[in-house]
Amino acid sequence: MSDISQPAAHPPVTDWVHDFDHTDPQWTEDPFPIWDELRAASPVVHTERFLGCYMPTTYDAVREIANDSEHFSSRRIIVRDVRPEITSRNAAPPITSDPPVHKPAKQLLLPPFTPDAMKKLEPRVRAICNELIDGFIAEDRLDAAERYTKHIPVRAIAHMLGIPETDSDLFIRWIHMILELGIKDENTLLQAVQEMTVYFSAHIEARKNKPTDDLISYLMNARDKDGNPLEDSHVLGSLRLLLIAGIDTTWSAIGSSLWHLARTPADRERLVAEPGLIPTAVEELLRAYSPVTMAREVVKETTISGCPVKAGNMVLLSFPAANRDPKMFPDADKVVIDRRENRHAAFGLGIHRCVGSNLARMEMQVALEEWLRRIPDFALDPAGAVTWSQGTVRGPRQLPFLLGKAM
Amino acid sequence: MTKRLRVHVDPDKCQGHARCKALAPELFELDEYGNAHEAGDGTVPSGLEDKAWLAKSNCPEIAIDVIEE
Repeated sequence: MSDISQPAAHPPVTDWVHDFDHTDPQWTEDPFPIWDELRAASPVVHTERFLGCYMPTTYDAVREIANDSEHFSSRRIIVRDVRPEITSRNAAPPITSDPPVHKPAKQLLLPPFTPDAMKKLEPRVRAICNELIDGFIAEDRLDAAERYTKHIPVRAIAHMLGIPETDSDLFIRWIHMILELGIKDENTLLQAVQEMTVYFSAHIEARKNKPTDDLISYLMNARDKDGNPLEDSHVLGSLRLLLIAGIDTTWSAIGSSLWHLARTPADRERLVAEPGLIPTAVEELLRAYSPVTMAREVVKETTISGCPVKAGNMVLLSFPAANRDPKMFPDADKVVIDRRENRHAAFGLGIHRCVGSNLARMEMQVALEEWLRRIPDFALDPAGAVTWSQGTVRGPRQLPFLLGKAM
Repeated sequence: MTKRLRVHVDPDKCQGHARCKALAPELFELDEYGNAHEAGDGTVPSGLEDKAWLAKSNCPEIAIDVIEE
């Protein structure tokens, strides 16, 4: 990624309650005490950074905003330094859509992502995991992010879209440019979007003469309620969404899960002994280490949990912070690997529930099952450093592990 | 004697998280979009009461009612 310039850093934060910044290194490294501090101060806090931005800190306030598309628009879904004019209504439907256009765009994407559809994809994901493990199982230390977690979701979504799994590095580069560097650097974001458009246009063009059995052809063949095909910009926008949303999110979730298990031998040993508990554990790991923070734009003044909220501000919609609210979850700050009641909001709440939640759950479950089955003993490598991604999606980007005998 | 239970999914609240289907597959069905509804008339067969309560307590949208009859 040496050809991408690093944007300037923000001034450090000294007053989290009145000047929070989710791109601050302290937040990136360990956000949990910060969220507790903000929650203790108010259900909704505000910062002048990012041209003005609120953050709901409680589960209830997050739910209220997620269910209110009248006052909170999804036309902007990343909190950034800049707020350029919106030029396309097809940025990335349906995640960037509001009612009434949201529902038809969402319904179009749902059928390929049902639990039954995911069952059909599961053998491919299991094979991907095992191919990756075959590549490093003989080694005694490795970066599990670089060698394992990073590759699973990108190859699975490439398989679904019908694009070469070998193009994975390209997709990962675009996502880094959009979700991390794009917060502070508009040109980098535009460059990535432009490159994606060129890439997908070629794949769409190729399928016009020779349709294939994949998600790209599925979107090209989709019809709206009047029987018309989608505009090319809609197909491109949805493809952009599937690629961006389907990759570093689940990569982060699998990585955080392995990170937790590497440093918590009791949980690791229990899941090795009781693989049937893995689906329950996946839910708890999703709650405790939710990777995705979304955003809304306030379009009409209102009140949330008693706090006035003014138009023109963004909202950092932190599902991860909601999932750490002790009023909603007993022992919210602990990972309770067999937690039975778990209404966590890792995939969002309301109409924008993640389209890919069933895919993400299946990938997490399979990635943990195969790893624990073949590598029951592993720990963090004290000689290495774990690093975390910044901003919208949080997860480990370097995960140095010791395996088996090296421990 | 244990009361008979019936489950019901509010279709206006369900957003297709599909937790109920994962936790109580005997009691819920999904449509082509992945949104849930109760199987049949929602009657909970004897022995599956725990699963009904588990599904209710894991629905992120609070869309599931368990009715004691």
